[in-house]
Amino acid sequence: MSSNSNVIFSRPEAMHDTVTHYCPGCTHGIIHRLVAEALDELGVRDKAVGVAPVGCSVLIYNYINCDFMEAPHGRAPALATGFKRMRPDMTVFTYQGDGDLASIGMGEIVHAANRGEKFTTIFVNNAIYGMTGGQMAPTTMPQQITTTSPKGRDVSQVGYPIRMAEILSALVTPSYIERVAVHTPQHILKAKKAIYKAFKYQVEGRCYSMVEVLSTCPTNWGYTPQEATKWLADNMVPYYELKCFKDPEKTEGF
Amino acid sequence: MKGNEAIAEAAIRAGAEGYFCYPITPQSEVAEYLTKRMPEVGGVFLQGESEVAVGNMLFGAASTGKRVFTTSSSPGISLMQESISYMAGAHLPAVLVNIMRGGPGLGGILPAQSDYFQAVKGGGHGDYRLLVLAPSTVQEAVDLMMLSFDLADKYRNPVMMIGDGMIGQMMEAVEFPEEKEIKRNNPDESDWAVNGAKDRKPRIIKSLFLDPHQLEDNSWLLDDKYEQMKREEVRYELYKVNAKNKLLIVSYGTMARICQTVIDELESEGISVGLFRPITLYPYPMKELKKEAVKKNIKTVLTVEMSTAQMLEDVERSILGKKQIEFFGRTGGIVPTPDEVKSKVLELIKPKKKAKTSEKKKRGKNVK
Repeated sequence: MSSNSNVIFSRPEAMHDTVTHYCPGCTHGIIHRLVAEALDELGVRDKAVGVAPVGCSVLIYNYINCDFMEAPHGRAPALATGFKRMRPDMTVFTYQGDGDLASIGMGEIVHAANRGEKFTTIFVNNAIYGMTGGQMAPTTMPQQITTTSPKGRDVSQVGYPIRMAEILSALVTPSYIERVAVHTPQHILKAKKAIYKAFKYQVEGRCYSMVEVLSTCPTNWGYTPQEATKWLADNMVPYYELKCFKDPEKTEGF
Repeated sequence: MKGNEAIAEAAIRAGAEGYFCYPITPQSEVAEYLTKRMPEVGGVFLQGESEVAVGNMLFGAASTGKRVFTTSSSPGISLMQESISYMAGAHLPAVLVNIMRGGPGLGGILPAQSDYFQAVKGGGHGDYRLLVLAPSTVQEAVDLMMLSFDLADKYRNPVMMIGDGMIGQMMEAVEFPEEKEIKRNNPDESDWAVNGAKDRKPRIIKSLFLDPHQLEDNSWLLDDKYEQMKREEVRYELYKVNAKNKLLIVSYGTMARICQTVIDELESEGISVGLFRPITLYPYPMKELKKEAVKKNIKTVLTVEMSTAQMLEDVERSILGKKQIEFFGRTGGIVPTPDEVKSKVLELIKPKKKAKTSEKKKRGKNVK
């Protein structure tokens, strides 16, 4: 690089130089980058261990440049618990989709949060099972069409979408819980702040932290990437309120 | 010392630094002991929300390279099969103890040996094996518990020690190595553990191989370890095995001790019977058993278990039809009395008495 040029934007050290397998318009890549930036900015990349879920992002370890464990479906919070208890000096995060976290892994996430485990969860909610080809998730919107709800989610039969941020923030144990989205640059900037804060609280040894990120799945939703971001804004954001639900700065103790 | 507490202390002396558990009878004393003991040695004690979670906590903890373990009983071990399969696939060392109770289903809480297949043949999915050890005394439970951690590290494979409720609840005198001799694994020296990608490429603990050739390679890599176990880890004990034996009993765990009592009684009556006691159930001492069983003086091999015949299949596999094999077992939490076993032996040695023992036959299954 010549001496008269300044780098104003580059790949985070915590990100491998590679092409992802994600579909066009999928927001996993953005969220991966925000995680990598947080690890770099806090200087913890070489002390970090991620826990990969079962789902589209199982191959996250090909993209984020730190140690990883790959969990059985839904059990990432249990792996993170076991690891972090043995190595409290390390920075541990789980990266989970909505089928992984809100369906099969509901028990593990609730109890890990309730014990106040000192790790961070990035919960990517795109209202559908992506990797298995677009089946109904616990977070699928009412009337949303999926391969296992071809007439739309019937709430009289399968209930309403689960709001995980609300559920976890209802626990008495102090934690940091925020819901963000990544469908516009403004939202991405807010998401970055939330993810950074979630890791910062962990590094400070303060509390369990979870950031729910509303995400898109153009392939399985059956939309173009642009239509998908609009669908997210029109349908998911009104139901899944974007805000900080719980912050140890404000709710320490009870 | 009570068996369950001895197992707990043995793990501490073996350098275990993490214990994850969920309460279940008849082994809850392990957790009650360790909730006090683990903090004394600076280790981690954690009660999880289910055995599913506990197995996966063990998975995460094992990835640190430190020595970690769990204890449970039959229904709980069933719930851990997911994590056991994943740990085996990802080449992780961990120690699991199953203090077996009667099954299937919720079953009962009394001693049984009916999880033999689950432990030895693999209760989870995929091409994997556990190294399985079966103690018959509390002292042996201590010794094998400590050995389990060494073997788990040596093979980077989960090791399971199976005992029954008797081992767990029995009080016996035990000896431990000095506490000052405790050695612990240093995770920073590990060449595989997840400890931070500083000045090296990231390490990935995983069992996903989407390329079938890679998955096959991993499965053969696992198989290489199991073949090595067969060469190096077979353990068994002979009791009063000699050229005068007319019959050879094959039995493991506390059931084998009852058989020893029977053998002593028969000896005083002038009837010579020997005992072959496998200590490793996987790898099974096949060649060693065959060598004893095919000797000319042995007329019959009698397998005695607290199950409806599970280890029997490995006995048959070892002897390959070269000798008559019989079975006696009680199950559901019922422990065979020495008299029952003795009657079965006498029935086999002196066929004339067969009619008189018909009542016993009803209760103890007779497989030919």
